[in-house]
Amino acid sequence: MAKTETMIINMGPQHPSTHGVLRVILELDGEVAVNAIPDIGFLHRGLEKLAESKTYHQCIPLTDRLDYVAGMSNNLAYVLAVEKLLEIEVPPRAQAIRVLLCELQRIASHLFWLGTHAHDIGAMTPLFYSLRERDEILFLFEMVCGSRLTPSYFRVGGLAEDLPHGFEAQCREFIKTFPSRVDEYETLLTMNKIWMRRTQGVGVISAEEAINWSLSGPILRASNVNWDIRKAMPYSGYDNYEFIVPTGKNGDVYDRYLVRLMEMRQSNEIVRQVLAKMPAGEVRAENPKVVYPPREKVQESIEALIHHFHIASEGFPAPQGEVYTSIESPKGELGFYLISDGSSKPWRFRVRPPSFVNLGALPRLVKGMLIADVVAIIGSIDIVLAEVDR
Amino acid sequence: MDLDGLVSKVKENFPESILDASTFRGEVTLHLRAQDLLPICRFLHDDRELSYDYLTDLCGVDYYPQEPRFQVSYHLRAMRTRHQLRLKVSLPGVNPRVASVVSVWKGANWLEREAFDMFGITFDGHPDLRRILLTPDWEGHPLRKDYPLRGQIKAAGEEE
Repeated sequence: MAKTETMIINMGPQHPSTHGVLRVILELDGEVAVNAIPDIGFLHRGLEKLAESKTYHQCIPLTDRLDYVAGMSNNLAYVLAVEKLLEIEVPPRAQAIRVLLCELQRIASHLFWLGTHAHDIGAMTPLFYSLRERDEILFLFEMVCGSRLTPSYFRVGGLAEDLPHGFEAQCREFIKTFPSRVDEYETLLTMNKIWMRRTQGVGVISAEEAINWSLSGPILRASNVNWDIRKAMPYSGYDNYEFIVPTGKNGDVYDRYLVRLMEMRQSNEIVRQVLAKMPAGEVRAENPKVVYPPREKVQESIEALIHHFHIASEGFPAPQGEVYTSIESPKGELGFYLISDGSSKPWRFRVRPPSFVNLGALPRLVKGMLIADVVAIIGSIDIVLAEVDR
Repeated sequence: MDLDGLVSKVKENFPESILDASTFRGEVTLHLRAQDLLPICRFLHDDRELSYDYLTDLCGVDYYPQEPRFQVSYHLRAMRTRHQLRLKVSLPGVNPRVASVVSVWKGANWLEREAFDMFGITFDGHPDLRRILLTPDWEGHPLRKDYPLRGQIKAAGEEE
């Protein structure tokens, strides 16, 4: 009898389909992956440690750098946690603008995922289309905050400033055309025989297992679990908008694709509703010790100037205690767990990163699949290594 | 189920395990005796009425220079009832160890490895307890409060 052995090969950390610096140690039996051991941490920047030395406001730019294709969502999860700790009520207009931008961000993130994921599997064309639409959203973000990827636009108690003139018109233009653009992607992929053969029945995980593995986001919903934090525990006024939570049936790579595509349509619908009933009013809460005063006031009132100075230099003390807040980010459940010792800096700044937790199930998803499927499965999880490694 | 109901239900089965129960900003926290963590987690997971089937998060906390120095926080969720619960255990500064909950929630695997990597907390019964974000030869545990933000690590007892 011929002796057979499994072979260990290394994939990454410099590999285009690992979406960053992910290394996977694959154990192969011929073409079949017997085991896969992810090796992460190449992008670790000690973000949680760093945050402990910063005031609550200074942490906001750090959150941009977690999942850098969804900066707005990171900002939102963090400021919601601080607002919960301080019991600050945010004005309706600021809440609506937050929802608007986070839904645009979801579309942008899913578009980037769609393009790169399809590219991994060998479909070159969708990338060019999806990045075209994503760029339109990034231009909108640039209008709002001067930055495309790292917004730092949300503040504790509201927003840095109101939407600029002309934003709403340009945003309406985008949401009018976008559904037809999703139709275009669908003509390229949804009934494409090659796409279906490469993704259907690949990387299947059942609902019970997905819950037990703490999976969240589209990957959980593709396994037919109707769980979306926007519905289950609404935040920032999501209960004012009507939308459905798409779920899959089979929990495979194909269903994750379908779920994300449907989510983009739903997000577009939410953006439309927000624009239709955008409330007027302030974009910052009235709380001079915590919330930055408006620019005009700083220039004419000595009191506002002092407050501005205090908030920027020393920050504000937060009551002793601990809170956990999570949102439905494009990747899944993004949570912030803050422990305050009563000072102006967090004693513990913990990020519950969806990419990290979802990637943890990779060995389970890959086992027994073909080596070519490994690429499809990694893509379907939708990871951003900056968030995995922090 | 409210806080009292939950506490009495756990107390029925584990009379001496709950050290403290509190609510802050609507979040329920149970502080548990460390040696009872695993059976309580299994109970919370398996009980038909409670069914905390989802482990949202797990992380370490360092309260240096207090003693007991370390804490491990577990955020649980019941998907069906949408209830959330935080469990905490306190661990000593020297040789902090607690039972692993990977046998209850598989998602705890990487989270426990991260707490091990960052705080040096050992999870007994973990299938593969290695460093995860840092290299295997890294010295020290960065999220400990006596680990410097920049510069060199000082050996224990060494003065500035």
